Amino acid sequence: MQSSIRLERDPAVQYLLRIGDTCLILGQRLAEWCGHAPILEEDIALTNMALDLVGQARALLTHAGRIEGQGHDEDHLAFLRDERDYFNVTMVELPRGDFAFTVLRNVMVATLLKLLWERLADSSDAELAAIAGKAVKEARYHQQHAADWVVRLGDGTAESRRRTESALKQLWLYTAEWFESDPVDEQAQANGLGPRWADLREPWQAEMAAILDDATLATPADSAFRSTGKSGLHSEHMGFILTTMQHLQRSFPGGVW
Amino acid sequence: MDNTKEPTSATPATEWPLWEIFVRSRAGLDHKHCGSLHAADPKMAIQLARDVYTRRQEGSSIWVVRSDQIVASDPGDKGMYFDPMEDKVYRHPTFYQLPDAVDHM
Repeated sequence: MQSSIRLERDPAVQYLLRIGDTCLILGQRLAEWCGHAPILEEDIALTNMALDLVGQARALLTHAGRIEGQGHDEDHLAFLRDERDYFNVTMVELPRGDFAFTVLRNVMVATLLKLLWERLADSSDAELAAIAGKAVKEARYHQQHAADWVVRLGDGTAESRRRTESALKQLWLYTAEWFESDPVDEQAQANGLGPRWADLREPWQAEMAAILDDATLATPADSAFRSTGKSGLHSEHMGFILTTMQHLQRSFPGGVW
Repeated sequence: MDNTKEPTSATPATEWPLWEIFVRSRAGLDHKHCGSLHAADPKMAIQLARDVYTRRQEGSSIWVVRSDQIVASDPGDKGMYFDPMEDKVYRHPTFYQLPDAVDHM
């Protein structure tokens, strides 16, 4: 049994892990669709996207490990942290739900990541800028693919609309957390590492409004609920997904293919 | 079980049309047929073709064509269409004397 690593709470590391962990956990959730998607072609599309996200997570975790300077590589960071040292947004750890929930979550997160990568391409950190330059192309496709499904389902049959509306109501609550500023964000903005996520709120809402409008769905009202994944405080689902992800590496430390 | 009923001619609503997929690997080369898939409309066909047929860097361009829009020759015509070409070797440009300097024609 491999014990957990201790993570240095450095703001730059935390800023990178917010993005990297969001990619990692959503990648894991999407991988759960392998063999279960409604059609074969979409099964391949979802797992392609899962692998894109895991690839982005690998690059970011590797880079975060270097900045942290404790000798942690991508595998240490992916598989040996305790729950509260993960900084993904809470939305991505929610169970995969039905197909409407999945494509709606995908379009919300892909829109956020696309806006982030576009700005991170100008980061003062050259490595991060290079990662962003590659990832933004993937995020653009993820957004388009998921948005098309949301429009089809929202403006589809009574049943698909009902499911999409229900997913929208649940998921919208978890977007408020994304755009709350805190010292991690302020420092990233100040030293040119990356944008304050709060500054992405307006463009994100504009792009989502256009997609929801196409899907003939109403944008839900804001709520007072705040999830806290970005600070390391997760929902009850996080422990379960980490157990699945970590068990192999914990049981067979250093195991490789 | 009642097997005497005629199958209905209408396509069930649950069945998406079939599309033939053509991928061009590099600029300058031809689009090559690489397979088929089901999709609800052209946009979805292009996206799914991208995900199914170009995920190992096979492509730089995709064409999709609805399978029912392709007109094919009748297999029954194979004899009269293609067999007469069997003994017309003179249609191959293999009877020219090439200068020695020209290799690998």
